[in-house]
Amino acid sequence: MAKTLTEKILSMKTGLEVKPGDIVVSPVDWALVQDTTGPLTVREFLSLGLPKLANPTHTILFIDHAAPSPQKQLSCDHTFLRKFAKDYGAVLSDVGEGVCHQIMAEKYARPGDVIVGADSHTVTAGGLGAFATGMGSSDVAAAFGLGKTWFRVPETYFIRLTGKLQRHVTAKDVILHLIGMIGADGATYKSLEFGGPGAAAMPVTDRLTIANMAVEAGAKVGLFPSDDATLEYLTQQGRSQDHIRLFADEDAVYERVIDIDLAALEPTVARPHTVDNTAAVGELKGIKVDQVFIGTCTNGRLEDLKLAADILRGKRRNPATRLLVAPASPRVMLAGMRMGYIQDLVQAGATILPPGCAGCLGVHQGVLGDGETCLSTANRNFLGRMGNPEGLIYLASTPTAAASAVTGVITDPREV
Amino acid sequence: MDNSRVLKGTAFKFGDNISTDLIAPGRLVHLRSNLPELAKHVLEDADPTFASRVKRGDFVVGGSNFGLGSSREHAPVIIKMAGVSAVLAKSVARIFFRNAINVGLPVLVCDTDRIADGDTLEVDLAAGVIRDLTNGETLTFGKIPDAMLAILNEGGLMPYIKKHGDFKL
Repeated sequence: MAKTLTEKILSMKTGLEVKPGDIVVSPVDWALVQDTTGPLTVREFLSLGLPKLANPTHTILFIDHAAPSPQKQLSCDHTFLRKFAKDYGAVLSDVGEGVCHQIMAEKYARPGDVIVGADSHTVTAGGLGAFATGMGSSDVAAAFGLGKTWFRVPETYFIRLTGKLQRHVTAKDVILHLIGMIGADGATYKSLEFGGPGAAAMPVTDRLTIANMAVEAGAKVGLFPSDDATLEYLTQQGRSQDHIRLFADEDAVYERVIDIDLAALEPTVARPHTVDNTAAVGELKGIKVDQVFIGTCTNGRLEDLKLAADILRGKRRNPATRLLVAPASPRVMLAGMRMGYIQDLVQAGATILPPGCAGCLGVHQGVLGDGETCLSTANRNFLGRMGNPEGLIYLASTPTAAASAVTGVITDPREV
Repeated sequence: MDNSRVLKGTAFKFGDNISTDLIAPGRLVHLRSNLPELAKHVLEDADPTFASRVKRGDFVVGGSNFGLGSSREHAPVIIKMAGVSAVLAKSVARIFFRNAINVGLPVLVCDTDRIADGDTLEVDLAAGVIRDLTNGETLTFGKIPDAMLAILNEGGLMPYIKKHGDFKL
């Protein structure tokens, strides 16, 4: 039977011929938590009374969400996770070692893997052809102990990308456009699979940005095929041996096919307070921005530092607009220093934050004041997301964010 | 979940897109290892008075896409800790749905448009029927998938695994 990528991976893992709607129990290749969901996961795992983790070297505890810790309660949560990792032989990725989803892409996720994480943006690894999905603490605790989990095999939407993006239009604009089109619940319980010539021409870094936000349309996974671009990315990370080629069958059956012509896209912005509340940047021009935040698991990669530096080089941020930049990993930060991007950004007035989630989830490093507006390259603009329900969050691409930092108002990057 | 149970309580009505940030605000992340304290702030950013008004057995009634956003299981945990006996919504985000079942909180998908804030509801879990005692209407809700019902019937995923040692779905 012809299979989608989703069906192919779950069939490979379970040894069954799976079809949408089936309930299957699948082995899990990697199980991960971060510091805000990890303590509950660990307590639930411990409550099971199991003597050990099913696969300690593939169980990863990330401390990235509130890192370094701003409060003693969170410091104690971190201590708890460190002790558990040590006692049970799990992998620990501590303060400053980067955002979990970026590190999964750089070091661990392989095409065809099944990955579960107590973080909704675990879907990011779909950019590498991994069936990666976010779950709660109980589910991940079960995966910690049993090395497996259950899935309902999802129906698949195929997103066919054609054409070529125009200058200053990015992968972020593609996914914001798609979510605006189908809605924040437009793909609930579904798998989103991306393909077509536009996807084939896309580097993995862009694919990670798109897969990252599949969950903002309600999807269980966002998947790209594993092809030459995947091999190139894994080779850059020193992991060419982890590559396998993985494509959906030509005649796979999709519940829905959505065509997007990349050449027709414009820089896109999501307005408060839902991700599907999108508009072309031109419609929002001139809205005052108090803070610009470039970073997170969506847009904290080296390519983002380059895009921002190319716009900000030789310029200065607007004095009324704070510019926060958080590289997603030490590898990104070091490459950004080597290439001179970090220097360009600092000279333009940026505050460089340590690798981690920074202000994205409202714990520290960029909490908004009452009535303040942030233009962010993150993936969520829910009320209260950046620590203050009196704040407003707009989501945009890195070029749009950088251009807006220069002018102090929402700005079309094609006009700077 | 005891299927023979009939739940009765007051409806607290919320709108569409009630995110996990509205249910368990990110700014209170330092309380996540102190769930009773976090539960005092449940749904605070959607309705600051909710936590002080809700009584044991009451219902949270949402619109579409309830629970969208984060994987934080703390969200359904603190709804349950606040005494809520079930969440009713027109549609539910995938991760929240699974998390709610995993912590033993029934989630009933039904047309909530006809339920008004403050209505008294009676939910017959076995019959799949919701009676709105205030307006006299009767609603039916979607069947919880068998795999999830098996987990819910044990009181959640951890009790389920402790009992069965594995997934027997």
